[in-house]
Amino acid sequence: MANMAMTTAAQNEWQGDLSELKGLVSERALTGETMMLNMGPHHPSTHGVLRLLLELDGEEIVSCIPDVGYLHTGIEKNIEAKTYEKGVTLTDRMDYLAPMSNNMVFCMAIEKLTDLDVPERAQVIRTICLELTRLNSHLVWLGTHAIDMGAMSVFLYCFREREMILDMFEMLSGQRMMGSYIRPGGVWRDLPQEFLPALETFLNYFPAKIDDYERLLTNNPVWIDRTQGIGVIEPDVALAYGITGPSLRASGVNWDIRKTSPYLTYGHYSFDVPLGEHGDVYDRYIVRVREMRESVSIIRQALKHLTQASGGFRSNNRKFVPPPRSELGQSMEAVIHHFKLWTEGFSAPDAEVYMAIESPRGEIGCYLHGTGGNKPRRVHFKTPSLIHISALSMITKNHFIADVVAIIGSVDIVLGDCDR
Amino acid sequence: MNIAQALDPVVTLKTYFPDVIQEVIEFRDEVTIVIDSEQIVRVMQFLRDTTGLIYNFLSDISAVDYYPDYGHRPGRFAVAYHLYSLLYNRRLRIKAYVQEESPSLPTIIQIWPAANWLEREIMDMMGIIFEGHPDPRRLLMPDDWNGHPHRRDYPLGYETIQFSFNVEEIMKHKVKGQK
Repeated sequence: MANMAMTTAAQNEWQGDLSELKGLVSERALTGETMMLNMGPHHPSTHGVLRLLLELDGEEIVSCIPDVGYLHTGIEKNIEAKTYEKGVTLTDRMDYLAPMSNNMVFCMAIEKLTDLDVPERAQVIRTICLELTRLNSHLVWLGTHAIDMGAMSVFLYCFREREMILDMFEMLSGQRMMGSYIRPGGVWRDLPQEFLPALETFLNYFPAKIDDYERLLTNNPVWIDRTQGIGVIEPDVALAYGITGPSLRASGVNWDIRKTSPYLTYGHYSFDVPLGEHGDVYDRYIVRVREMRESVSIIRQALKHLTQASGGFRSNNRKFVPPPRSELGQSMEAVIHHFKLWTEGFSAPDAEVYMAIESPRGEIGCYLHGTGGNKPRRVHFKTPSLIHISALSMITKNHFIADVVAIIGSVDIVLGDCDR
Repeated sequence: MNIAQALDPVVTLKTYFPDVIQEVIEFRDEVTIVIDSEQIVRVMQFLRDTTGLIYNFLSDISAVDYYPDYGHRPGRFAVAYHLYSLLYNRRLRIKAYVQEESPSLPTIIQIWPAANWLEREIMDMMGIIFEGHPDPRRLLMPDDWNGHPHRRDYPLGYETIQFSFNVEEIMKHKVKGQK
């Protein structure tokens, strides 16, 4: 009540019409008893361009209305106008912290729709890429989550290690982030010479760094104060709201798509699925840090597997996959296939498939509907961030405004993933 | 822990809702059950709560527009619900066709709160109304946007970009039937 003047100022600042939000805000907001406050879209702790409309009673959240769409770029609509292979480049731009996962789910949907085979070696390379992507994404998450809560140094360390991963992506695809390395039928090219030594160096260096992050945070009293008991999600509530990935597993629900329906070569490797108990911000932190260790172990097993894996780095089915450059000078057929693939592209049946994989953030799904021609009729991505942001209003209820920052960080959202 | 024997969703639905199933499609090991759109709430509730089915997780809701050649289909639009059962580790797609003239479906938000934004997205991008939805505002596009971008007759590009100041000029040239 002491801040009556401030309340009025903030209400004037927010230009919207409260009657449009009837049912979303409490009755007290309509009488002006509680305060409406805009958080974002230009706010460093909202991890992109997320806008939250908060109804506050003092510092306590009465209701929280997330507003998204600022990063909507019409990716799904654009893929409908492109051949399947060209669509892959757009998927990179959705979840820009885990571009390979997006490539992967789209390519797997295409491969399922067209019944395209993928050689074992390509699958192992993809598995390594996906786990590196998971590390990449979790490092950015840990760094930004920690800096949101005032732990500056963790951010710098995380980005230092992430740089090594981005360097490896650059070796693979020529691009640090938007590589489009994973293609229908395999990957763009075989692993370059310098990649495996770089990966080996990284794997030897990285586990000790995870210990460093944990020394900074796991038993840190300030960190524990800010995170334990905050943003608790009960397991059944999490399932009903569609929460997936580490955020779901922190609530104790054992569902990891890599385990339950193993895709690629995950079925060959042994790894643990870390689970939390309380479903709070702290458990979500612990689960992700442990996942990083598991990822390192998966990559090590995949590297062993790579030496025995059969087949090339992409399918030999020339109706879907372009021939190697070396053949173009000698084989007329290769020239025809090359020309057909880069002009018309390949066709897929008039049918629908749904593929889901475990992205660093949770279940990313791709619903792909063909037309019988060379372009899809409909592509829809079920993205974990969209679902998690929609659940924010439920998670943040009755928390303090400072905890909102912790909660947003802990469910690990990417707005490009949400808005597409 | 005793887990009840898994039931075949197609057979079970045919037994309990004989008039609801319009078509069953199997493609690449994925089962699609096309049902009457009016019955969607009853069917979803049944699939979630019946012992032996327990499709307790809503993965995704997607909408498809079959424009322009939808004559041989029951409707212009279709909405596909992707369900997952954590207990039996299997997926199921429920599909309902929606007519072009009043495209609407009942909401299933009371069964899965996860449907909230997925339905809002479809209302926004495809223009299919989910009746009974508590918050039917646009999700991704601006509030004052005209039209529904994911419809197949909505032009993709290669033309003037629509802003609020030139919307009337652009709308004059839009194809018939476009709002």
